[in-house]
Amino acid sequence: MILQQLHMLNFKTYFDCKAVFSEHINLITGHNGAGKTNLLDAIYCLSMTKSAFANSDSNLISHGKNFFSLRADFLKNDKSNVLQYDIVDGKKNISHNKISYSKITDHIGEYPVVLITPYDTDLIRDGSEERRKFFDAIIAQTDKNYLQELIMYNKVLKQRNVLLKWIAEGNSIDNDLIDTYNHELIKKSKIISAVRSKFIEQYIPFFKSCYRHICASTEIPDIQYSSQALELNFATRFKNQTQKDIATQRTSMGIHRDDFVFNLNDKPIKQFGSQGQQKTFVLSLKLAQYEYIKHHKHLKPLLLLDDIFDKLDDERVLNLLSLIAQNTFGQVFITDARPNHNATLVNKLSGNIRIFEVTKGNIKPV
Amino acid sequence: MTYPSRLIEEAVNEISKLPGIGKKSALRLVLHLLKEDADVTHLLCRSLTDLRTNIRYCVICHNISDGEVCNICSGTHRDHSLVCVVEDIRDVMAIENTQQYNGLYHILGGAISPVQRIGPSDLNIESLCTRIQNHNEIKEIILALSTTMEGDTTAFYITKKIKEAFPHILISSIARGVPLGGELEYADEITLGRSIVTRAPYNV
Ligand SMILES: Nc1ncnc2c1ncn2[C@@H]1O[C@H](COP(=O)(O)OP(=O)(O)O)[C@@H](O)[C@H]1O
Ligand SMILES: [Mg+2]
Ligand SMILES: [Zn+2]
Repeated sequence: MILQQLHMLNFKTYFDCKAVFSEHINLITGHNGAGKTNLLDAIYCLSMTKSAFANSDSNLISHGKNFFSLRADFLKNDKSNVLQYDIVDGKKNISHNKISYSKITDHIGEYPVVLITPYDTDLIRDGSEERRKFFDAIIAQTDKNYLQELIMYNKVLKQRNVLLKWIAEGNSIDNDLIDTYNHELIKKSKIISAVRSKFIEQYIPFFKSCYRHICASTEIPDIQYSSQALELNFATRFKNQTQKDIATQRTSMGIHRDDFVFNLNDKPIKQFGSQGQQKTFVLSLKLAQYEYIKHHKHLKPLLLLDDIFDKLDDERVLNLLSLIAQNTFGQVFITDARPNHNATLVNKLSGNIRIFEVTKGNIKPV
Repeated sequence: MTYPSRLIEEAVNEISKLPGIGKKSALRLVLHLLKEDADVTHLLCRSLTDLRTNIRYCVICHNISDGEVCNICSGTHRDHSLVCVVEDIRDVMAIENTQQYNGLYHILGGAISPVQRIGPSDLNIESLCTRIQNHNEIKEIILALSTTMEGDTTAFYITKKIKEAFPHILISSIARGVPLGGELEYADEITLGRSIVTRAPYNV
């Protein structure tokens, strides 16, 4: 899959900017704040239907403007495709070859990308919600039904929590209604945990192999999926918990409490891993995401690398660069702010490499 | 927006309270009425007042009715052993238009949704149970609720209530699947997936 051309209108720092990319390596240079990450975010938006960084679509519109529009030409399976994503009058529209999606979520997974940033280690440090989001996004790209199940689960959960509050406010308890929500959450928890569990089983071999490529050591990394819903007496425990749930006004069991535990040599990397080990771990998580999607969709996602080459003599960085140079990945976008890095990067990469310089709202080939 | 007259402003405000009508459309309607004969406005007002004061709901099924019991519930040619449960009066009209159903209806008046402050007691669920109790001829309840999470919850809740109190009643649900006359590849994936999972025996 290749992003051939991109046209951005009123997207963050870009008022009206067109760029034509190399089908292999694109090195995006420019000083801090120039808009390098914004370019990667535009590409990310076209793939995932929302920003990797901004928490609301309206933050993507250039300050002072009232709409934005992204238009891209993608080559996929030897066919040319036009993707357009815009927000006009607060309304979001995504179209594929001029046909608008009636359900925007249908687009997710059609043009996959993998984004690697310096913030990825947050995945280890943050709460379980971030890890669920990370893995859910991968599963959703290869399983359309999964995303719908998750959306439904969250709606039912919200209804149940409001009902718990309702009861706590002194409204009479309708046991049949609580039972109804219990039943739905138990059923959906079982479905979702089964998918997550099957997924992680298939994902781990990719992950371990990526870890070995990035760091030649004897450390054994592993991921443990933990879910109450996989336990034998889950349904009974869930129901028995109802009185306590009414007291606390929240649902204490279900797949919204799942976690993925990251271990190195059987110890949680969150507590015991060095900074370097954590970096290797998350880089491998992302590269495994790439391999997993490639395997399941039979196409190479775009690889977006944002500011990750901080030390060019670092073993991890060298191994990643050699993987890129060997054309392990398809099209790659690399951002880097430091001019002294450019020559070194170009030397190490070779291949069809195009260098761009980003200055105030413009992207120019160098 | 500023209006040349307080009378226009008041009329626009009232009309724009209707669903799907903004201030601009309301203004267009108001100006249109002023252009027409005064009779047009008077007839409109009278029919709306009549509607609001004289409208009645069927005491059995909660459908809109001219009398105490609606035409459907009092129809002797209809199958009184079948009751189709729907959320809304519009659903009755849609099913009636198919001319494929000859049973009776029961209108809930919505679906359960604590988030919108709609609980079971806000809907005609209790009256459905009383109806089954009082009408021995009822053999089957057909659930025709929307395919939303709220519709599913309501269907499950009603099924639970009926099964407990009236185990002899057959409960069914309308089939949900691929539109007729359409090609499979155009059906949305979720519908298609569901149709495969709930496939039916093929009768030759
Ligand atoms: N909606 C927006 N409108 C205009 N400028 C924006 C918007 N959102 C972010 N920016 C600007 O983008 C700049 C950051 O761009 P970024 O791509 O992160 O830079 P870098 O080249 O360092 O990666 C900041 O100066 C910020 O003010
Ligand atoms: Mg940046
Ligand atoms: Zn009636």
